[in-house]
Amino acid sequence: MSEELETRSEQGARQETAQEAGQEAEPESGPDAEIADPPAGPAASPAASSAPAVQLRGAGLAYGPRQLWSGLDLDVRPGEFLAVLGPNGSGKTSMLRVLLGLQELSSGSVAIAGGPARRGSHRVGYVPQQRAVEATLTVRGSDLVGFGLDGHRWGVGLPGLRERRRRVREALQAVDAEELAKKPLGLLSGGEQQRLRVAQALVGDPAVLLCDEPLLSLDLAHQRRVSQLISRQARERGAAVLFVTHEINPVLPEVDRVLYLVGGRFRVGTPDEVMNSATLSELYRTDVEVARVGGKLVVTGTEDADHHVAEKGQR
Amino acid sequence: MNALTTALGQMFDFETTAELLNFGFVQNALLAAAALGLVSGVLAPLVVARKMSFAVHGTAELAFTGAAAAALLGGGIGPGALIGAVVAALLLGLLGQRGHERDSVTGAILSFGLGLGVLLLWLNPERTSNKFSLLIGQIVGVDSLGVNLLAGCSGAVLVVLAFLYRPLLFASVDEGVAEARGVPTRVLTPVFAVLVGVATALGVYTVGALLVLALMVTPGLAAARVTASPVKATVLSVLFAEAAALGGIVLSLSPGAPVSAFVTIISFVLYLVCRGIGAVRLRRAGRIGQPATA
Repeated sequence: MSEELETRSEQGARQETAQEAGQEAEPESGPDAEIADPPAGPAASPAASSAPAVQLRGAGLAYGPRQLWSGLDLDVRPGEFLAVLGPNGSGKTSMLRVLLGLQELSSGSVAIAGGPARRGSHRVGYVPQQRAVEATLTVRGSDLVGFGLDGHRWGVGLPGLRERRRRVREALQAVDAEELAKKPLGLLSGGEQQRLRVAQALVGDPAVLLCDEPLLSLDLAHQRRVSQLISRQARERGAAVLFVTHEINPVLPEVDRVLYLVGGRFRVGTPDEVMNSATLSELYRTDVEVARVGGKLVVTGTEDADHHVAEKGQR
Repeated sequence: MNALTTALGQMFDFETTAELLNFGFVQNALLAAAALGLVSGVLAPLVVARKMSFAVHGTAELAFTGAAAAALLGGGIGPGALIGAVVAALLLGLLGQRGHERDSVTGAILSFGLGLGVLLLWLNPERTSNKFSLLIGQIVGVDSLGVNLLAGCSGAVLVVLAFLYRPLLFASVDEGVAEARGVPTRVLTPVFAVLVGVATALGVYTVGALLVLALMVTPGLAAARVTASPVKATVLSVLFAEAAALGGIVLSLSPGAPVSAFVTIISFVLYLVCRGIGAVRLRRAGRIGQPATA
C-alpha cells in the first residue's frame, strides 16, 4: 500500500509541475467563483501530505452555450471525504462523468492520482444509485463484485480464477457481505445491493471513489450503514471519496469538505464554512436559512432557486 | 378429437420412431436441432437479462419476411431468413437504442415486416405448402447443406459470444457502471442484437418464426428460476433448449405432427417445473415476495 502511495505522489508531483508550467495564465473565474483554499483543520487525515487523488485546475464544463461551472480549482486528498451538493442541473453528475473520463472538460485540466482521467481506469471506483434489479437476473453477489475487477475485459475469464475469487472474497468481507456472495442479486434488499456495489467499486483498489447518490431510496438505517462503510473503507485504503448527494445529513458525520454548486457558482470548504445562511444565500442569490436541529442541517428557502436552476437544467 | 388420440398413441410408438430415426433427413433434422438448441440455449439467459423477448419476436418476423422475399426471388430460404434477421436486428438496435422506446419501435417494425412478408408470399406463384413452413417450421426439410449452414452460423455466434460474454453480462446488470468501467456499451448492444438475429434466423429456418421464442427465451427464463449462477444458468438453459428441440423432433416423428407443437410444449413444461422448484427454493430461503424495490 505504502509503495503504491509513493508512486502516486511521485506522479502527482510531476503532473503538478507540468501543469504549473503550462498554465501560467490565471484561469478565468466568474465573480462568484472562489478558489478553494488548501484544506485545513479537522479534515487533515493521515494521508494529508501525499499528492491529491483528484485535482481540477481552472476546470469548466459547458454544453454548447450553457456553462455548468467554470474556474473550478479543487484538490481532494487521499482519504478525504468530499460531499458534492447542489440543486438538480447544477452539474454534480457531470463532474463525476468528467472524472470517469466519459466527459471532456471544456476548459482547464483534470488529474486522477497524477494521471489523466480516462474511461475504465482502475484508479477510479464508481458507486451508482440503487435501482431495482430483475429477480430473473442470473447474477449473484460475488458476480457483481467480480465485475468491478474484470467485468470490462473480453472473454469468459477462466484464467486467473483463483486470484479473482480471493480478491472478491476480501472485498465482500470488507463490506460485511460474505453471506450475500451466493444470493441472487434480484432478491436482495436495496441496502444489501448497495453494500455489494461498494465492494464492487473497492475491489480494484481505486485511488478515488466516485459515488453518485448511492443512498437514494435506502431507508435511514441503511443510509447510515452504507455511508459509514464508504467512509471507513476509503480512509483505510487511502482513497478519496467524491460523494454526490442532494441530502447532506445522512453523510454529515463523514464529510471533511463540501463542494456546493448552484447555477454555475460554487463554494468549497468545511461543512461549517459552506452550510451556513450567509454562504448559501450568496450562492442561491436569495434568502436561504440554515439551522442546526439536533445535529441535522435544515436548509430552507432553496425551493425557488431549485426551480430556477432546474429550468435552465441539464440536457 | 380422434386425431389427437391417434397422435398421442403414435407418439409413444417407439418402433416407428426408431425406424424413422434411420432416415438421413431425420438425422439431418436432429443435427440441425442440436445446433439450434446449443446456440439458443447459450443466448437465452442474456436475452432474458436484457429484456429482449419482444425484440427476438420482432426479429423472427423479419426473418420470415426475408425468407419470403428469398423464396419469391428464387434464392435460398435459409440465407434469406438470415439476411432478414440481421437487417431487423440492426434496425431495432439503431432505432430503439433508448430502452424506453425499444418496445414500441419493435412493435412498429414487427407489424410492417409481417405484412410485407404476407404480400411477398401472395405474390409467389408457387404452391403454398412451403410458405406455411416458414411460420410454423419444417425441420425435416433441412438438407445437409442446411445443416452445414446451421452448424457454421451457430459456431460463429458462439465464438463471438465467448469473446463478448463478460462485458455483456456486466452491461446487462448495470449499464451505467459498465460504461464507467470502460465497457463500450453502445457497441455491444447492436452486436448482441446481430448475434440474436443470426440465431433467430436459424430458428425460423427450422422451428418457424412463430415459435422461436420457445427456444430463445423460455429455456433462459426457466433456468433463471432455479439458479442465479451465470454458468449454471447457461448450462441448464442449453440442456432445456436441447431437450425441447431434440425431444420435439423425436416425439413428432411417429404421428407426423408439426415439430413446433412439441418443441413449445416441452419448453413450456420445463419452465413450469422450474417455476415450481424456484418457488419452493424461495420459500425455504425465507425471502419470498421481497425483491429489491426502489
